[in-house]
Amino acid sequence: MMKKSLLLSLVLLTVFIVNAQTAEEIIQKVKTKLEKVNDYEAKGKMKTNVVFIKAPIANVKVFYKKPNKLRINNESGISFIPKGSVNINLNNIFINTSGFDMIDMGKESKTDLRIIKLLPKDENAEVVLSTLYIDETLSLIKKAKTTTKENGTYELEMSYGKYADFGLADKVIFIFNTKDYKLPKGITFDYDDGSKREQNPDKLKDKKGKVEISYSSYIINKGVSDSVFK
Amino acid sequence: MNPVIQVTHLTKDFKDVKAVNDLSFSVEAGQVYGFLGQNGAGKSTTIRMLLTLIKQTSGNIEIFGLNLQKHRNEILRQVGAIIERPDLYKYLTALENLRIFAAMSGVKVSEKKLMDQLAMVGLAERAHSKVKTYSQGMKQRLGIATALVHDPKLIILDEPTNGLDPQGIADIRNLILHLSKEMNKTLLISSHLLSEMELIADSMIIIDKGKKVVEGKVNELFDPAETVVELKTTDDSATYEKLQQSNLKKFVQGKRNDCLLLKLHRDEIPAVMKELVQMDIGVLSFYSKHSLEDYFLSLTAHPHVETLKN
Amino acid sequence: MWKLLKIELFKIFKRPRTYIAFGAVAAIVFLFQIGLKFDGKSYLDLILNNVSDSFEVSDDFKSRLLNGYFICFAILNILLIQMPLLVALIAGDAIAGEANMGTLRLSLTKPISRTEYMLVKFMASVIYTLILLLWLAVLALFGSMLIFGTNTLVVFRSEGIEMMNSFDVLWRYVAAFGYAAVALTTVSALAFLLSVFAENSIGPIIATMSIVIVLTILSEFNIPIYDKTVKPYLFTTHMVAWKGFFYVQADADNKTIDGTIQNLPAILRSMGILIAYIIGFVGTAIWIFKRKDILT
Repeated sequence: MMKKSLLLSLVLLTVFIVNAQTAEEIIQKVKTKLEKVNDYEAKGKMKTNVVFIKAPIANVKVFYKKPNKLRINNESGISFIPKGSVNINLNNIFINTSGFDMIDMGKESKTDLRIIKLLPKDENAEVVLSTLYIDETLSLIKKAKTTTKENGTYELEMSYGKYADFGLADKVIFIFNTKDYKLPKGITFDYDDGSKREQNPDKLKDKKGKVEISYSSYIINKGVSDSVFK
Repeated sequence: MNPVIQVTHLTKDFKDVKAVNDLSFSVEAGQVYGFLGQNGAGKSTTIRMLLTLIKQTSGNIEIFGLNLQKHRNEILRQVGAIIERPDLYKYLTALENLRIFAAMSGVKVSEKKLMDQLAMVGLAERAHSKVKTYSQGMKQRLGIATALVHDPKLIILDEPTNGLDPQGIADIRNLILHLSKEMNKTLLISSHLLSEMELIADSMIIIDKGKKVVEGKVNELFDPAETVVELKTTDDSATYEKLQQSNLKKFVQGKRNDCLLLKLHRDEIPAVMKELVQMDIGVLSFYSKHSLEDYFLSLTAHPHVETLKN
Repeated sequence: MWKLLKIELFKIFKRPRTYIAFGAVAAIVFLFQIGLKFDGKSYLDLILNNVSDSFEVSDDFKSRLLNGYFICFAILNILLIQMPLLVALIAGDAIAGEANMGTLRLSLTKPISRTEYMLVKFMASVIYTLILLLWLAVLALFGSMLIFGTNTLVVFRSEGIEMMNSFDVLWRYVAAFGYAAVALTTVSALAFLLSVFAENSIGPIIATMSIVIVLTILSEFNIPIYDKTVKPYLFTTHMVAWKGFFYVQADADNKTIDGTIQNLPAILRSMGILIAYIIGFVGTAIWIFKRKDILT
């Protein structure tokens, strides 16, 4: 009976402590994790899902170097890499010497993730607003919606595995904006094979593309040359 | 023995022109058969029908005793022909042309035989020259070689001496006679050189406006001793009337715008001349013609001759 | 028939004008390859103009894009409009040329039926077409692969972008060239038919090109009244079906499925239509020729 009471108390205390974390504390823990990584070279497979592109799965290498350099390279083939792919790097959200205003939105009921909005104090910052969905227990960002000045709004969904300690995801889904696809007239006479074109008006209006990278390995903090990012 | 060519009631209509009109004739084996007529008489059309280039409107053609429509390939294997000009592939050599047409004739001809053919027509030294470098006479000779290369039984030649010099003409004449008399080939020859036809043809047909005018053995139709006399007098009309009243009537063939035509044997000329003088007819000229050409013209020249016989 | 076919091919390839087409193809292919080798990136800028708003278009990306497979596709896009003229040069001359030279009348006095003569003539035109296409394949495909290397093939359609892995491309080109052979044979058959009516090959050649150009315009322009009534039946509509071998099936996530074709039945249907046209043109040509009086 005593043991059970003690256990219950400990659990309640933990919950209390966890609940008691402020937004600042959570963000700090996340940042601390991310700051462990100075650079990495990762191998993975990339799936491109854009309504007007049919693409095979690509073998890619992703290079990162602090504070905000990120490059996705197709090993040997060709891939359409979305503009703003630098935002796959979560550190990009935190690059701001002037600090943030934080808005704690509490927990999202169905996922139990803590929602925190970051508004950079610097009016000239590229990132205008970030909404982070954080697993408090693990101090990992599971989802991020970032609005930028130049490139519109991005979404990131992360799932973590053996590299969670470094805040590095096993799988990243990156959702970005695309413009209407138009080919200059006279370039091609197409063959009309009668295949059903995308008829769903919602999908057509969507104008969102999705890139999904499944990482197989990371080489962390072994040094990455600047020439890779040129 | 069956004739080599048997044409019966052959007719060809082109829209509003009757090019060949109920024509019938036959060609015996081993003959040189002359096919004569003015330009536009229907010779070329008839020859093209014999060679299946043109389809007859009606009538029947048999060659080697076989119906031409039903046994076309079998018959044409044994026929060699030149139709009008002997057009060949100008960008190929003589030897290449000969090889092609020999192969198309369905016979295997050795290179030696091809060269022999060219030698026969005097072109051996130019065998490897492109035909576009040939003169008209050389092309004609090559055409003849092409017609003979597969050793056909029947040879149809349309103007074989076109473009040839006198020696060339003589050579072709000898070749034709050799083919006919020694190799027993049958030849159907259309020619305007009536003096040559006179020397080589065994039989002939004269056609005019698509119709047969006369057909038969040359020596039966045309006696070189027979002459046609063109008589020019001071008053042809009056002379014509006088002659009709006299015993010279039997010689009168008719009158043309510029003269009168008499037909008489060469031996009768002196007597006729004497009679004309006695009748006090003012003779300006007395011109006797006794060739195939004259015979031909006498049958086919129009519209000036008022009366024609046979 | 084989003996006659050899004769026809001999005549075709002995003629200097035959090689004009081979020279023209080589010239166009080389000029295109040289142009793209030196300034392919400007060419790509035009195509990628719109795409570059949303995606990274680096020099490395452009270099990979400008691989041999892409170059070949671009060449075919242009040349397979020009090729009909080169094919008509020979097919249009098949009968009209012989009539003009005067050799037709001699040939038709030989123990060969007119049907056999026509079939041999047409087969010779087809073989010429195949050899010309093979020449194009060697220069445009293998030449480009040699000069530009190989990589993923990216095909830009008016409605989207198709990407094929490098290993998944060569068989598509074999199929595409095979289809192009049928397409060009259709043009050859048309020129062959028109050749029967003329005594000079210029007429059939120009007439063939005029018909192909007018019908291609009708096939490509989106004029609603023609879309359902006329377009599906024009052979020019189906001549471009070779491109269908480069339209890949994709899953719900737009991931391409290697080794697949988006709509193979459509391509086969188009091929069937072309074959029907070939039979129609050649059959009509033979029927008319058998009844024709040869007056040349």
